Amino acid sequence: MNTFSMKNVLKKNVMTIALFASYFLFAVLALVLKNTDMFDPSIVTSLIEQNAYVYILGSGMLMCMLTGGNIDLSVGSVVCFIGAVVGLFSLENKIIKMPLSTPMVLLIAIGIGVAYGAILGFLIAYVRIPPWIATLAGYLAFRGLGTQILTTASDTSAISLPKFDGQLDLFDIFAGRLFETDWGVLNIPCVAIGVLGAAVVVFISLYSRSSKIKKGYKADPEWFVILKSCLISAVILFFTIKFALDGGMPVVVLWILAVLIIYGIITEKTTIGRHFMTVGGNAEASRLSGINNKRVMFFAYLNMAVLTVIAALIVTVRTGAANSFAGQEYELDAIAACIVGGVSAYGGAGTIVGMVIGATLIGVINQGMFLIGVDQNWIKIVKGLVLLAAVVFEILSKQGKKAKKEVKPKKVNAEAEGEAEAEPAAEEASALEETVVSEGTEAAPVPDAGLATNET
Amino acid sequence: MAKVLLEMKSITKTFPGVKALDNVNLQVEEGEIHALVGENGAGKSTLMNVLSGIYPFGTYEGDIVYDGEVCEFHNIKDSERKGIVIIHQELALVPYLTIGENMFLGNEQGSKWCIDWNKTYAEADKYLAMVGLTDSSKTLIKDIGTGKQQLVEIAKALAKHAKLLILDEPTSSLNETDSRALLDLMKKLQREEGLTMIIISHKLNEVSYVADKITVVRDGSTIETMDSKNQEISEARIIKGMVGREITDRFPKRHDVEIGDVMMEVDNWTVYHPEFSERKVVDDVSINVRSGEVVGIYGLMGAGRTELAMSIFGRSYGIGISGDLKLKGKKVTLKSPKKAIEAGLAYVTEDRKGNGLVLSNSILRNTTLANLAGVSRATFIDKDKEYEVAQEYVEKLRTKTPSVDQLVGNLSGGNQQKVLLAKWMFADPDVLILDEPTRGIDVGAKYEIYCIINDLAKAGKSVVMISSELPEVIGMSDRIYIMNQAKIVGEMKASEATQENIMACIVGVSAEKNYADGEGREANNGRK
Repeated sequence: MNTFSMKNVLKKNVMTIALFASYFLFAVLALVLKNTDMFDPSIVTSLIEQNAYVYILGSGMLMCMLTGGNIDLSVGSVVCFIGAVVGLFSLENKIIKMPLSTPMVLLIAIGIGVAYGAILGFLIAYVRIPPWIATLAGYLAFRGLGTQILTTASDTSAISLPKFDGQLDLFDIFAGRLFETDWGVLNIPCVAIGVLGAAVVVFISLYSRSSKIKKGYKADPEWFVILKSCLISAVILFFTIKFALDGGMPVVVLWILAVLIIYGIITEKTTIGRHFMTVGGNAEASRLSGINNKRVMFFAYLNMAVLTVIAALIVTVRTGAANSFAGQEYELDAIAACIVGGVSAYGGAGTIVGMVIGATLIGVINQGMFLIGVDQNWIKIVKGLVLLAAVVFEILSKQGKKAKKEVKPKKVNAEAEGEAEAEPAAEEASALEETVVSEGTEAAPVPDAGLATNET
Repeated sequence: MAKVLLEMKSITKTFPGVKALDNVNLQVEEGEIHALVGENGAGKSTLMNVLSGIYPFGTYEGDIVYDGEVCEFHNIKDSERKGIVIIHQELALVPYLTIGENMFLGNEQGSKWCIDWNKTYAEADKYLAMVGLTDSSKTLIKDIGTGKQQLVEIAKALAKHAKLLILDEPTSSLNETDSRALLDLMKKLQREEGLTMIIISHKLNEVSYVADKITVVRDGSTIETMDSKNQEISEARIIKGMVGREITDRFPKRHDVEIGDVMMEVDNWTVYHPEFSERKVVDDVSINVRSGEVVGIYGLMGAGRTELAMSIFGRSYGIGISGDLKLKGKKVTLKSPKKAIEAGLAYVTEDRKGNGLVLSNSILRNTTLANLAGVSRATFIDKDKEYEVAQEYVEKLRTKTPSVDQLVGNLSGGNQQKVLLAKWMFADPDVLILDEPTRGIDVGAKYEIYCIINDLAKAGKSVVMISSELPEVIGMSDRIYIMNQAKIVGEMKASEATQENIMACIVGVSAEKNYADGEGREANNGRK
């Protein structure tokens, strides 16, 4: 049965449309009010570079949230702490007399991330400490620890990262451009990557459609597939051309793409991703289906910590120095990106693509309002409202579905016998509460409900 | 004749499409203990919910005449003001508040703005003495046992100046000593306070011990009311009223199914409650099932059937589990559901929404959930194969859905049950434990589920079917175990089982006792 309809497509992609709309709105406003071109290559590049950490942290946060709306509040502080450690070992200072080589520094940073993630995962999954409490502890402790290291090591309580000429340094790995050229010159390798990417998108879309049809599965109409892959290709080409005019493909973009593609595949195509969703969707059902809920929780937080290290390195290298206010509110940015991107606050549903759209939408609002000269406080107010609107929209659209659904079972219930006694009571009760706790009845909002029953 | 305190006249309560109560009449005299008995889903709780205003006036037909006047209760407060207090099966106490605070929750003592704690605790102690509880009213609820908590509930009801107390399965979570104490308390309150009580219970021995009158409810109608003053009420007599239903030809026949060797054997299986660690929920149970055989486990709610099944299935319930589990003659230890699935077990839960299905996921995802390895290579899911599998089971089980991408939450109960079955069939087990496989689904879907069960038996699988519907157990099983209060109390061939002799096993009394036992022994011999 073919369920394709334009209305469904629009409904599914509301956030994408909102993203495009606000991008163009701000571009027009910036041009009219401040005579600034928001599509200027350097502005486009900085949009991505500034939000790089959101994409990376958002991927980790998505995995945590899938397990039942669990979050990690400690990521911002850990970013600061890792930055401090990297700075500490990178060059001579009051504590360290012998700076380590770049690979060693990287190894230490990743080692700390793995150790922290393992401890955190253990506490949450096996000791059953509620995630937000365990990570709140990290939020406080690592900010303090990071600041302490920086103030002890340096008089300015900040450590600039060293640049080595002709030798591998952190700037080479986490910043800069691929095959850098001058500003305004079209960077050919960058454009080539863009064309290649666009070609791959078009090929995969068409190939998967034709293989679906060959096997007799339902598929979207051809014109729609072509239109969709053209749009995606256009976006890819837009960005790569802007990058190309701004000196070349930023290395950060490669990191972002690598993380997004890996996590996109994990969530969509592997059993691991399926396990994460199931634990969040119904922890008890997942346990009885032979899934090890505790292990899933453990890996969610271990994974988050490792991604935090990558984000920390990117951020520290971008600012060129480790300082004590690095990473402030990063955890909230990552959570907001997920929520705006349609990741369920109760777990069980969410996609990398959604998170990317959410992160970019917030980034565009940030940048656009900044460019037209809106005060920082007002930017925060607007971001808060956007977050709220996204959640209200999600809940209302779910309610609409539920209202429609409720008509159906009544017919089927007609013959129900045993359930007659219990079911209608629940139905009536939920009808009463619907306006208040519409979500609560669908998915238990208790984050560790699954773990609570995990005891053997 | 004593004054009639409560009269419910021709109460009819309809839920969309279903008549839960059909022209029910109930008369309760002042100062009597009146018992309501009936099978699960017969309508007892619905009737009490109508009485206490949970189903407000106007949602049902008929009259409630209480204390001589027609009442219109719009919520629980209305009925409580009249002195009708209901104590639900699940206790409604807050664990981290004191006994006193709990007793006057929503009924706080003192002025409008300020709680008078001295008065609260003094009053609480007074009512606690009345129910014979010696603990201080300042004890936290979590620090007293379930038996005492039940007493606190009664004291709480008394504090509301209850005249008519409704107890819904008050002893279902109590052990024998506590149950007896509670029943004696009921008799004492009746004698000393003149309290009128309605008790809902599945335990017939308790009912005949405590009740003055017994009303039998079956399929939404009151069948008869027996008065212990006029006649000796035997448990067999109550049972007759409860199950006097005809078994029609609702069950498809299995032909030419060869019953093979013993596939699964459970010996001396004992399980303790995970929270109340001194309580046995499964007590020295031994059962077995052969390939191609459908074994029924019958018991009333709370008999320990689900606990037995889940503890066998990778110890997913209970603590202190002891006993032997043999699969195909080999002793195995299954420490997690994962291990159980790998060993060839499947547990199809009674609570498909709670712990069976992920309602927010599609049919496709739910179907492959217990056997993702079957559709994936090196953790990468083969989506085409997954789709084919889901499609295959939708067709095989005739699940009604527009596509396998449909969210399971949008399906009707019967179709959800089919998805749940599909999920476990795809896991390809040798032994399927089906816990109430037809609960809450319509007759047509039930028939289809029965056909699926027959197909499974034909394919040489072993099926353990837990059910609280007698006709279903008798109609579907080859052999039946009867379970009551954590123990297996009987075993018989389905061909020789009747509703009466199964029920007789549960109450342990009947003229047919010897007959049933003889059958059990014979079946035992046959096994050896």
